[in-house]
Amino acid sequence: MRSVGEGMPLLRAVACAAALLFTSALAVAGESDPQDFTQIKNGQYLAILSDCGSCHTVPGQRRFAGGRPIETPFGNIVAPNITPDRETGVGAWTDDEFDAAVRKGVRRDGALLYPAMPYNAYAKMTREEVVAIRAYLNTVEPVRHAVVANTLPFPFDIRTAMRVWDALYFTEGVYKPDPAKSAEWNRGAYLVSGPAHCGACHTPKTLLGGDKTAQYLQGSKIQGWFAPDITGDKARGIGNWSIAEIAAYLKAGHNQVSAATGPMGEAVSLSTSRMKDGDLNAIAVYLKSVPGRQDTARPLPANDPVMTAGAAIYRDACSACHMLDGRGISELFPSLAASSNVRSDDPATLIRVVLRGARSVATAAEPTSPGMPSYAWQLDDAKVAAVVTYIRNAWGSAAPAVSAQDVARERSQLASRPD
Amino acid sequence: MARRLPKKDVVIIGLGWTGSIMANELTDEGLDVIAIERGPWRDAPTDFPTNYMQDELRYRIRHELFLRPDQLTFTFRNKIDQTALPIRNWGAFMPPNGVGGGGVHWNAETWRFLPSDFVVRTHLTERYGASFLPDDMTIQDWGVTYADMEPYYDQFEYLCGTSGTAGNLNGQIQDGGNPFEGPRSRPYPTPGQAQPFGPTLFAKAARELGYKPFPQPSGNLSKPYVNPLGVRLGQCTYCGFCEWFGCGNYSKASPQTTILPVLIRKSNFSLRDNSEVIKINTDASGTRATGVTFVDTSLQEWEQPADLVILAAYSMFNVQLLLHSKISQPYDPVAGTGVVGRNFTHQTISSVNGFFDNKKFNFNPFIASGSIGMCIDEFNGDNFDHGPHGFVGGAYMGQVQTGARPIETTLVPPGTPKWGAVWKKAVRDNYLSTVKPGTGVHGSFYSYRDVYLDLDPTYTDRFSRPLMRMTIDFHDNEIKQNRFMTDKFAEIIKAMGANVVDKQYRTAPYDITTYQTSHLNGGVVMGADPKTSVVNRYLQNWDVPNLFVLGASAFPQNAGYNPTGTVGALAFWAAEAIRSQYLKNPGPLVHA
Amino acid sequence: MNEKGLLRSEFRRRDLLAGTAVLLLSGGLGRASTISGQLPWQPNAGDPPVRVKAGPWLFFSGDEGRAIEAISDRVIPPDPETPGGKDSGCAVFIDRQLAGPFGEQDGLYVRPPFQTGMKNQGDQSEGGPRHNYRSGLAALDKACKAKYAGKEFADLSDSDKDKLLGDLESGELKLDGADGKAFFAEVIKDLQMGFFADPIYGGNRDMVAWKMIGYPGTRYNYLDWVDRHNERFPLPPVSMTGRAEWTPKAR
Repeated sequence: MRSVGEGMPLLRAVACAAALLFTSALAVAGESDPQDFTQIKNGQYLAILSDCGSCHTVPGQRRFAGGRPIETPFGNIVAPNITPDRETGVGAWTDDEFDAAVRKGVRRDGALLYPAMPYNAYAKMTREEVVAIRAYLNTVEPVRHAVVANTLPFPFDIRTAMRVWDALYFTEGVYKPDPAKSAEWNRGAYLVSGPAHCGACHTPKTLLGGDKTAQYLQGSKIQGWFAPDITGDKARGIGNWSIAEIAAYLKAGHNQVSAATGPMGEAVSLSTSRMKDGDLNAIAVYLKSVPGRQDTARPLPANDPVMTAGAAIYRDACSACHMLDGRGISELFPSLAASSNVRSDDPATLIRVVLRGARSVATAAEPTSPGMPSYAWQLDDAKVAAVVTYIRNAWGSAAPAVSAQDVARERSQLASRPD
Repeated sequence: MARRLPKKDVVIIGLGWTGSIMANELTDEGLDVIAIERGPWRDAPTDFPTNYMQDELRYRIRHELFLRPDQLTFTFRNKIDQTALPIRNWGAFMPPNGVGGGGVHWNAETWRFLPSDFVVRTHLTERYGASFLPDDMTIQDWGVTYADMEPYYDQFEYLCGTSGTAGNLNGQIQDGGNPFEGPRSRPYPTPGQAQPFGPTLFAKAARELGYKPFPQPSGNLSKPYVNPLGVRLGQCTYCGFCEWFGCGNYSKASPQTTILPVLIRKSNFSLRDNSEVIKINTDASGTRATGVTFVDTSLQEWEQPADLVILAAYSMFNVQLLLHSKISQPYDPVAGTGVVGRNFTHQTISSVNGFFDNKKFNFNPFIASGSIGMCIDEFNGDNFDHGPHGFVGGAYMGQVQTGARPIETTLVPPGTPKWGAVWKKAVRDNYLSTVKPGTGVHGSFYSYRDVYLDLDPTYTDRFSRPLMRMTIDFHDNEIKQNRFMTDKFAEIIKAMGANVVDKQYRTAPYDITTYQTSHLNGGVVMGADPKTSVVNRYLQNWDVPNLFVLGASAFPQNAGYNPTGTVGALAFWAAEAIRSQYLKNPGPLVHA
Repeated sequence: MNEKGLLRSEFRRRDLLAGTAVLLLSGGLGRASTISGQLPWQPNAGDPPVRVKAGPWLFFSGDEGRAIEAISDRVIPPDPETPGGKDSGCAVFIDRQLAGPFGEQDGLYVRPPFQTGMKNQGDQSEGGPRHNYRSGLAALDKACKAKYAGKEFADLSDSDKDKLLGDLESGELKLDGADGKAFFAEVIKDLQMGFFADPIYGGNRDMVAWKMIGYPGTRYNYLDWVDRHNERFPLPPVSMTGRAEWTPKAR
């Protein structure tokens, strides 16, 4: 059990009372300073980059007050209250304790955090940056809201087991720039592997929930969706997207090819749409450089009976929005012909959207937020499989066929989902 | 007992076209706005999806998107000396209900009125003399001119992305457009539509007869578009399920596809749906509105106080709410006093069906959309000399076949049996080679002393309030007008090559059972004189200055065009007056 | 205040009896809510129609059903190319409609007083479709038996059926207990409606009526056909439940 730095609460109270005298002293010591506006502003932006809000805020409720269940393959973990409330939030924590939680995965009471909190990504940030986030969080309204964080079933509720996990999967250490690459590339690499923690969703996981680092950013199934491959692979990744298109997707949630929905819609709304244009471009530059699988699949022949049936369904039921050539309408209806998400090995997202419908994200840049209707009542499993297989193999695309059993499995899993 | 809600700056009654336009304008001004809508929230992916919207039985025959008569209806009679009976099932018109209002299920025909329409009494009197007009015709000038309206027509068209070919650009007549239209300051935001075979053939025949056909101005867009608010629309795919249906692929202009995505994101806007406003409340002096009372689905009454009340419901419900709220003086046709309910009008509609040789003509009539078609305007308004003909008013006419859904569009030539083997064969032989214009002849309906609205003495609604009573019949002027128009239209159908031309004149008495558009207007007319209007030229109520009444209830008479373009323009015009004048100095904007 | 009405949220389409094509009117009373911040959405949103299932009559008695089927085959007679009213399911359509909200006059203004008005004031009768069909079919049966020595309508020869229906239509044959002319007009309207409506409602089985006239059904995208003037549209019709080609053929 760590000991609490005795002087800290007192110091903080005094700092609030007699601001100016302590400002320079605190700044020199590298601590969170309630009067350092620059630090707080930086911290606010870093909190956006790190997307604290997606997990620590229940939509529609008080900011950062916790209580949101985070789905993991092992059960649900509830994100804690990180407002400055002294009893139920992190108001009583020292900066060291806060930093240890964010970058080392160690809680104030010494317990180990589950990697639902992506500390293995945040480890790439510097202490200074984390302290800035802390300074910003101190300005947020304190909310009294006690959260029981550990709701995992046995044996996953034994936190000490995390020691083993950390040994396997956690590497401490801030981001080290690659001198052979440009400043922009390095900024992008830092953002993606650090605060924006894209790999938390987009890198496939081992059975124990650690990253399969050899398949970095090549797509992963999470919360009933397939977060697609976002490497520079042209077939399965976003290699065919220009830098501007990638940046536009992150900023507006929409571009000429695709639209963000579900958990990515939320990430756009709360995080990427508020990033600076320079950072969005950097992320785009970096992602396009990440190597993907680089293998080629062969398309199903057009006269395959599944393709013929799929083509008929597509023309009758899909082409009114996605158009006969599959290219949709730019910024309004995704281009199925150009979308790599459609060609993912795991068709979970495609099946989910067809069965349940979807609403794309609304941002200030793109407020329209068009939606797709639900087809679950109209298309049985064989028909969904046929049209989805067709979409994946038409217009020069190629991806494995989808079977009726695949659809049946997704349909029954989706039926028991809470979201 | 009514429960009181926290006060808002503005309460808007109804969230259709005018409510949405006003809400967006006033929230931009920083005001705290709440809209209260009787019907449900509706949107394309959840309520008009492309997999079950194409249901003629459900949406056209059973009217599912519309107001249910058992929730609210009217009573109807032709003449003052008759007993009005309830409209138990809709026929002649269908009042909308729900967010988006009529903007959800309209055809999207987006016209401007003519310059002469706004000053019709002055204009006709000057040209033909006062005695040319029937004694009991109560048409009047609007109090605004076309020149006043032009920037706001432009604003509404650019909001919608209206597709069309300009006919008059700043005074220069343009080929391919409507040569009779008032001058517009710039072209339409998207080009005129590609036309299917039927309208193309109509245009060819019309040209050969010396007319100048043009594409109907259309809110079914010819290409993808992003409007000044940043909202995107798609391209119309000619599905043939337009009027009575919501659009499934974001290609028909509506509040949902043009305004609501932006409006809903504003922190100073909120909406209560499934809540019916039953009264506009006024203070003891009766000259200041204090807010509204509404009822939600649990039948709980609520009071929403506000500084500014915008009545933006469907035209007829604007009239009814003023009557129930006892605001302004109700019209008495016998005494000739009062204004609320006066100058009630509809539209004078007819058509001509053409049956063609099915070995030579295949129209694929199902390739269609609500406002895609070719029209001529030679006989509208006062575009021709009425002297020899003995009537005033006019119509546009066109082949705008809005769809060919089979329950309603399996026509057989006159004289064919209505059932049996002969009928069946005639249906089979004629479906693809019949021209059934959705909008054939679309004529004006001028106002009369004895065509009006008031409260019924017998029938009540679910809240025991009196239903509104419609007293409406065709006058000789409109019957004559329509006969002339229908005959002219028939000539063009014949010139297209029809074997059989089946004229369907509009005849008296006015019939509540056959559909004649939902363009009901008047009752809360605008004008320069409080003795003959309920609202001034800015749609501000003469008696209650913090009450504005938007919509076609303001029309002093109906012109020969669909009303929505003018309804939208007036809403923008009123919003501008509120923002630039009223808010700086609340009070009457016009001193009569 | 009180009022008779059905809260939309109390009805779930799928909970209703199988076999009734339900047209619950969503233009009615949903639950009031406050909306702000974003456009509402939920997964599996919408209110799709429920398919009519084959099976016993839900509204008609056996005799009534037999009579309506016989009438339907005279109003829409079978021919070598297209089935008649009976085989295409038009009588089933009417049965299911009468059993559902349409039969109950759901959404219509049915408050008293009921007064006789002019024709152009619309239907002012208290009865509604269920009453019209019960009384109409009973009166027709009675008239038929009186005229044809106790035979039911379904047992007449085709030419006798046509004669009787023609007399109903012209008003020459008056029914006791029903307005025969109005009833037959209503039956023609409903049968032809079932013939041309989407097959999901029980009539127009396999889209036979749409195939007959060349109507492509629920297709939504004709962009590639707008400019093809005076050409026959070659694709088969689609309904809300699809078409045969949607099912992958066995390899």
